Amino acid sequence: MHKEKKQAARIPLSRNGVNLMEVCGTHTMAIARAGLKNRFPAGVRMLSGPGCPVCVTPTADIDRAIMLGKGKNVIITTFGDMLRVPGSRSSLEKERSEGADVRILYSPADALDIAAANPAKEVVFLGVGFETTAPTIAATVAIAKKRKVKNFSVLAMFKTIPNALRSILAIKERRIDGFLLPGHVSTIIGSDAYGFIAAEYRIPGVVAGFEPQDILTGVDMLVEQIRSGEPKIENQYSRSVTPEGNRTAQALLRTVFTEADSSWRAIGVIPKSGLVFSPGFTGFDALKRFDVPLVEAEDPKGCRCGEILLGLAGPVQCPFFGKRCTPADPVGPCMVSSEGACAAEYKYGRMK
Amino acid sequence: MTKRTTVHQGKNILLGHGSGGRLTHELITTLFKPYFSNPALDTLDDAASLALPKSGALAFTTDSFVVNPVFFPGGDIGKLAVCGTVNDLSMKGAEPLALSLAAIIEEGFGMEDLERIVASAQKAAREAGVAIVTGDTKVVEKGKADKIFLTSTGIGRIRPGITVSGSRARAGDAVLINGTIGDHGIAVLAARNEFKMRTAVTSDCAPLNRLAAKMLAAFRGIHVLRDPTRGGLATTLNEIAASSGVGIIIEEAMIPVKPEVRAACGILGFDPLYVANEGKLIAFMPQKQAGKVLAAMRKETYGKDSTVIGTVVKSPRGVWVRTAAGGLRPVVMLEGEQLPRIC
Repeated sequence: MHKEKKQAARIPLSRNGVNLMEVCGTHTMAIARAGLKNRFPAGVRMLSGPGCPVCVTPTADIDRAIMLGKGKNVIITTFGDMLRVPGSRSSLEKERSEGADVRILYSPADALDIAAANPAKEVVFLGVGFETTAPTIAATVAIAKKRKVKNFSVLAMFKTIPNALRSILAIKERRIDGFLLPGHVSTIIGSDAYGFIAAEYRIPGVVAGFEPQDILTGVDMLVEQIRSGEPKIENQYSRSVTPEGNRTAQALLRTVFTEADSSWRAIGVIPKSGLVFSPGFTGFDALKRFDVPLVEAEDPKGCRCGEILLGLAGPVQCPFFGKRCTPADPVGPCMVSSEGACAAEYKYGRMK
Repeated sequence: MTKRTTVHQGKNILLGHGSGGRLTHELITTLFKPYFSNPALDTLDDAASLALPKSGALAFTTDSFVVNPVFFPGGDIGKLAVCGTVNDLSMKGAEPLALSLAAIIEEGFGMEDLERIVASAQKAAREAGVAIVTGDTKVVEKGKADKIFLTSTGIGRIRPGITVSGSRARAGDAVLINGTIGDHGIAVLAARNEFKMRTAVTSDCAPLNRLAAKMLAAFRGIHVLRDPTRGGLATTLNEIAASSGVGIIIEEAMIPVKPEVRAACGILGFDPLYVANEGKLIAFMPQKQAGKVLAAMRKETYGKDSTVIGTVVKSPRGVWVRTAAGGLRPVVMLEGEQLPRIC
């Protein structure tokens, strides 16, 4: 580790520096919180990526969740982050203050307890997340099927990372020289899942953990790869990530869900980048159980969340940042999510 | 204190208990009065009569308590009501003279639970050396209150020469704390059982008047005393920084956090700096006085883990944490509640 650091520092990067994309929002937050920006090798530019599940959920999906919540006998169960994300007109937090039953869970399995305790109500779980969280919901749905739970369903809004990275790489406006790959998603999908980035696109990737030293080492490993000109996928987070990933979780995902095209906020539809229910489990699909109209929703005008998610702009370049858009009163999700690039900049941007 | 559960076993609070008639009188004479008994209270007059202190200023504070759940590891709403108000008085450098306790109880609340709360309040009051001299009981219909709400008001005496205030922090001050942060918030969260978290963490709820008195005896000119309750240490430091127009730099490595609290916070994505405390105080004083105040603190029951955590600077203004990397991370005010993260 120490040796790699020395090597990377010695070799000068090209005059234009290098763009490294931190895919995962948790990396963005960790980098900001530990003040690592000034500790990366000279010439390294870190770009934020789309790895914030709440941030990439389209406004239309948020609106659908809110509409479901308005149902008189519906209990919305959700991860905490979703509470304050603004929809077109409202948010779950606002709805809750006006009487909607919205409950925050840490574990999706708790939704089944709520369903059991409220047989006359319908419990809907808001399925937001990447491959890190989807398996726990898959497990919950599998249990619900086994127990024949009648009043539980999931609004499936899951996204998957690998094909999203292909879309990112297709953007010609700016070059990406390396990927700092997400640590937690990789515990599920395995580091081999990113092989195509090096093999097809000839770009290096390093799966990194979230402690400051993990990130510093990960970036050094990327810089070393760029220098050597031999891109591959390396795993810095070997204490949690294996090449093949978590087979059990993967099997669960394959059983309960099917890969499908999915719409990402500001990016549009990315092929095979989302999860929908498999035929045997559509009984738990909230969209099939409830009559929720699919309305078009516009992302807030002027909000640059989309470009920020693609690494095309930084939070401070959004005209609303810190003025019209603050954590207390956000315009877009990037300011309110615990993994949002704007939230990270707002909280830690004044770092000295 | 002898237990008197046999009188109230198996009964519930009825609307009549708050109506001022026979049931109210019975409740007062068989529950509140036996536990809280003291000369001022025992007259059962509409107001308690107290002797004015011969010198010094009067401190006056009030607080309401709505904690859910009512009972949690390390305490309950009764203990909280006494300690919370005793501590507010102590943070003004006052010794508590008397407390009031008013209860708004939901119809159907268990009498046994009420007695547990009353016993707990009396135990805390006894430890703090203060009496509950007056009170009130109201009962509201089922659903109109969440089990029980308490309000306590306290008066105290600020000895002459003591001028603690949130606006007196000065550049060069040392910032001290008497122990670990985040215990109370995590204990209550775990007790709420929303996150199915099992933890050994107990609330740090405690009366800090003796500790504060010993600190002021060691150095009378302490600039600031404040207890970081809701919103945690981060919020309290921000209030003081704003009030005093200074910057406060906290050393990340020096902030005392129990491993179990750090772990629970890590799982949920919470920051211990924003988690509530109920038995902690921070103190600001000139650097050169810190040593002797710290020595005095460490001799006290609630000061054993006392430590210096930071310093006050003229600039940059606001609150900062010096990270392990050596940078200064801004510590902002809490926006709404902390929410557990997704991944």
